[in-house]
Amino acid sequence: MPATAPPGAALVQMTGIVKDFTGVRALDGVDFTLRPGEIHAVMGENGAGKSTLIKVLTGVHGHDAGEILLDGEPVRFHSPKAAQAAGISTVYQEVNLTDNLSVAENLFAGREPRLGPFINFRAMRRKAKALLDDIGIDLNVAAPLSSYSIAMQQLVAIARAVDIESKVLILDEPTSSLDRDEVEVLLGVMRRLAADGTAMVFISHFLDQVYEISDRMTVLRNGTLVGEWATADLPQSELIGHMLGREAATLEQIERAASAHRVEDEEPLVEARGLGRKGSIAPYDLTVRRGEVVGLAGLLGSGRTETVRLIAGADRADSGALQFEGRRVGGHNSRTAAARGIAFCPENRKTEGLVGDLTVAENMILAMQASRGWARSIPVARRDKLVAEFIEKLGIRPADPDMPVKNLSGGNQQKVLLARWMLIEPKLLILDEPTRGIDVGAKADIQRLVAELSADGLSVLFVSAELDEVTRLSDRIAVLRDRELIAVLESEADMTTERIVDTIVAGGRES
Amino acid sequence: MTTQTLTERPARSTLFDGLTRYVPIGATVALLIALYLGGVANYPNFDSPQVVAKLFIDNAPLLVIAVGMTFVILSGGIDLSVGSVMAFSTMACAWLTVDAGIPAPAALVMVLAFGTLWGLAIGAVIHYFNVQPFIATLVGLFLFRGLTLQINSEDVSMREIEFWQWGMTHVDFGEIRDGGFWLPYLSFVAFAVVIVAFVTLHYTRFGRGVYAVGGSESSALLMGLPVARTKIGVYAVSGFCAALAGVLAAFATKSANPLANVGAELDAIAAVVIGGTLLTGGAGFVLGTVAGVMVWGMLNTLIAFQGNLSSWWARIVMGILLLAFILLQRVLARSGEKRRT
Amino acid sequence: MNYAKRLMWPLIILLALIVVNIVATGVDFIVPSVNEDGRLGGAFVNILRRSAPLLLIALGMTLVIATKGIDLSVGAVYAIGAAIACQTIIDAPDQTAAGLVFSAVAIALVVTAVIGAWNGVMVAYFGIQPIVATLILMIAGRGIAQLVTGGQIPKVQDSSPFTELGRGAFLAVPIPIWIAALVLTALALLTRRTALGMLLESVGGNPEASRLAGIRSKGITVLVYLVCALCAGLAGLIGAANLGSADANNGGLWIELDAILAVVIGGTALLGGRFFLLGTAIGVVIIGTLEDTIINVGLSSQWQFTAKAIVVFVVALLQSPEFRAWILKPIKRRPAAPAPAPAEEVQAK
Repeated sequence: MPATAPPGAALVQMTGIVKDFTGVRALDGVDFTLRPGEIHAVMGENGAGKSTLIKVLTGVHGHDAGEILLDGEPVRFHSPKAAQAAGISTVYQEVNLTDNLSVAENLFAGREPRLGPFINFRAMRRKAKALLDDIGIDLNVAAPLSSYSIAMQQLVAIARAVDIESKVLILDEPTSSLDRDEVEVLLGVMRRLAADGTAMVFISHFLDQVYEISDRMTVLRNGTLVGEWATADLPQSELIGHMLGREAATLEQIERAASAHRVEDEEPLVEARGLGRKGSIAPYDLTVRRGEVVGLAGLLGSGRTETVRLIAGADRADSGALQFEGRRVGGHNSRTAAARGIAFCPENRKTEGLVGDLTVAENMILAMQASRGWARSIPVARRDKLVAEFIEKLGIRPADPDMPVKNLSGGNQQKVLLARWMLIEPKLLILDEPTRGIDVGAKADIQRLVAELSADGLSVLFVSAELDEVTRLSDRIAVLRDRELIAVLESEADMTTERIVDTIVAGGRES
Repeated sequence: MTTQTLTERPARSTLFDGLTRYVPIGATVALLIALYLGGVANYPNFDSPQVVAKLFIDNAPLLVIAVGMTFVILSGGIDLSVGSVMAFSTMACAWLTVDAGIPAPAALVMVLAFGTLWGLAIGAVIHYFNVQPFIATLVGLFLFRGLTLQINSEDVSMREIEFWQWGMTHVDFGEIRDGGFWLPYLSFVAFAVVIVAFVTLHYTRFGRGVYAVGGSESSALLMGLPVARTKIGVYAVSGFCAALAGVLAAFATKSANPLANVGAELDAIAAVVIGGTLLTGGAGFVLGTVAGVMVWGMLNTLIAFQGNLSSWWARIVMGILLLAFILLQRVLARSGEKRRT
Repeated sequence: MNYAKRLMWPLIILLALIVVNIVATGVDFIVPSVNEDGRLGGAFVNILRRSAPLLLIALGMTLVIATKGIDLSVGAVYAIGAAIACQTIIDAPDQTAAGLVFSAVAIALVVTAVIGAWNGVMVAYFGIQPIVATLILMIAGRGIAQLVTGGQIPKVQDSSPFTELGRGAFLAVPIPIWIAALVLTALALLTRRTALGMLLESVGGNPEASRLAGIRSKGITVLVYLVCALCAGLAGLIGAANLGSADANNGGLWIELDAILAVVIGGTALLGGRFFLLGTAIGVVIIGTLEDTIINVGLSSQWQFTAKAIVVFVVALLQSPEFRAWILKPIKRRPAAPAPAPAEEVQAK
């Protein structure tokens, strides 16, 4: 086998990769090709399967079908260590180093220079210094890694991956915590490595960086392959269209009963003024009126979730003020928010929403019970009646209140979570990606429900990665990009998917 | 070619950061000195060097198991079996040499090998089957106490066998009367264990791997470090140390008591934590453990000199110190981590 | 019912142990006899009577474990409760006064409740891992008990009504069994009639989701540690009353480990979430019966520890998904598609 494949020949060839996670198909027959010396961006929204694809390649997950060829040889890695030994290094979004050890030790952990059986610290520090100099960063390599910023730690992680002689370098959201200068250093390193023939997989939600550095793009959506393009041939707006998809045909048109009533005249329920949180979302202004549905649109990582979490009291804001029903909200947390009538269905049903071992009924009454305190149990008869009512109303299947909620499908789990908050009769309902990863029927049910609720006077903050959904349901749309709220679209004419995509693209050019 | 160089000074000065790391152990050493000076001021003869030497005679076995425990705790685990393994090893020494008539050196090797194998086995269960270390080593706590009692539920004397005299043979450093002191061979064994442990933890890949796994096991795995070998290794080290401590106890007392060392695992854990090692793993020093064991010994010495105090005061003070150190570590950890909520 | 299924295994083990005992010693093992003084006796009733303190502690431990916690200090709290009660009684001029006994019991319970609240505050408000927070009192607690007793073992006169707590009987049934049954019922009602049980399971099952649902998890955590310490103190009182003395060194020694074992046998996972008070009760009886079984089948009492070690090991392995997967692998592999051969070579270092 030739060590360097001829140009154009594939270094990594993944074909028909299928990966199932207990009932959910995360990857469905995805193909991916990586050629020597190219920088290949893998694009897609949350849940599109980017991370899963990478983890299959690096041996974190096994795959259920399909084939991986490295240099033309079939391979299947069982651990990151095995992948590393075969020349595939990875830098993850979260810094995967041990910050209790020094910078030098992190760079050379597991392959320290030694004198006999003992580590040669002097040589290690010298080599570390040289390596970092070469990349263009200057640190005290003897200091513990924890004494540096996350951004610097990320660059150290990249230096480590670079130093391990790898054929393939995978960078999974490496820039999310870097500032402009740091990004420049990283892109410079990437260009140099590409010139030396290293192939790189680059995942980032910063479109500018992707366009600046990548040669090719593979776009995924909902676990399937959309296509592969040369970066130069794919304009930004088209890329966003591919990533977000247009599923209009599969969904029945939701009648906006609410459009009949004029929400512009209603008084504001929520007024955020300069609300923000350092490192998560820049200060923003946002108003939600009574009975209004405000949609939040933007790409993954644009700060959609962070925006609503501040209003929900799930995270604490460090700047600005929040008014609810005309009164200033102080000491905001999840419990006081619920008491005020703010309901929050978080993005991740499994880890933040439901308690998997508890039954459907228990999960439904959790928020109601929490507001009453433990001593005042909801009478069994009332509880059974309420639960049965909402199972019926939302069409939860199977209609068994005593089934552990973890056994339900994603759509039904989402409905249970919705029922939990509808039980406390909230004034504001915050839905973060309520339709992600659920089947079309449940999706339509939830969309119809949002329309009905708002017609009844409930205010809704609606986050979704699917622009069709946002435009169809919302009275107004807040557009986010790069952790900043860049525009609020109000007029009927503005609220189209094209207009949102244009706003996102334009927002990027201006900044 | 990169045109620019990014420079960052550590968020906190390295000096400060270094100091933060040494705050717990510094506090322990200060405490140790305060206890010693308090003793010297209040009791005649406390300033005799033999008082300090005696710390390393009485507590040599504890020092050895605490060193093993340091490895385990640094890796983020815990080992509750050490007290029972230690008692079992002493009893096994007696049984093999007195009852079975096996030559003492061979018996010694068998006991040490067995302790190490036990550690390997339980480490494998902890790593491969993902059983909580607390529960897995609890098995050892019960099992070896039971086996010890089954071998003999009475004291067994080893005085008849000459080999066991070796441990208490001592080296004199001057005349006691003239301010000299003496140490038995078994203290030197304990010192050797400390030195080997120190070098291993700080200057070998295995040792640095222990810190890395304790800092973040998932990161260590993604960095491609041999996590399995490291995790299993620390329990093997602890098992070996517990067996060696049992052998040292056999040397010291020349007898085996089936109910010896009940609660020794707690003393060892307390000594490790007071010595500045974080119970969550990843940070600490084996020399700190030595200081922790000395604090424990010094407390007992003070109580013995006072004469009318009961030994339980040592336990209460250890509990209070433990509380103080855990809170101190919590405060240091909080000041270090970036505010999340 | 899911609940019944969870209890099935512990019940089968218990029945098997009882059958072994009956085979070894005859039907008398299980059938209660009536002593001359009109009280119930017999081997099994004695097992229940002796198991009462462990049951109390295991019940408290069940609640703590349901919140993803653990309480290592219960053995020390047991000793403290016993020490306070006995010392208060022997310090008084007339040990037979009912009012004295009542106040001694009350003081002991209040102190243990305070200790429990302390543990809870360490865990909930200072954010210290439960195993570490309760380790402090595990180490220092027996010292505190000895501080109370002045290093002696206080012996209460046999004539004091205090001893009735451990030795007496009401309606022919030994008092410890009554207390244990009452506490079991009370805790079952407290957790299942109010919403406490569900909120506990919610906090233990998914702390983040519970926070976002608006549950006051800190208050609940403190309450649970308080209840657990209270149970341990009560257990100490029963144990001390039975012996007529409080041994600060050996009273309730290793009872925390037995309690954890009983909880795990009873089907409550150490990772928190669903808890089964009745399962724990069965677990306690299994441990009590196991101790007798060892004697009855002719093994020396030294086998006790070994037998417990085996039980802990088996239960721990059965609860490990990795172990189950490993054991089932040869069975599952056959129908599955064969893995490509080079795969194994890549994995080997």
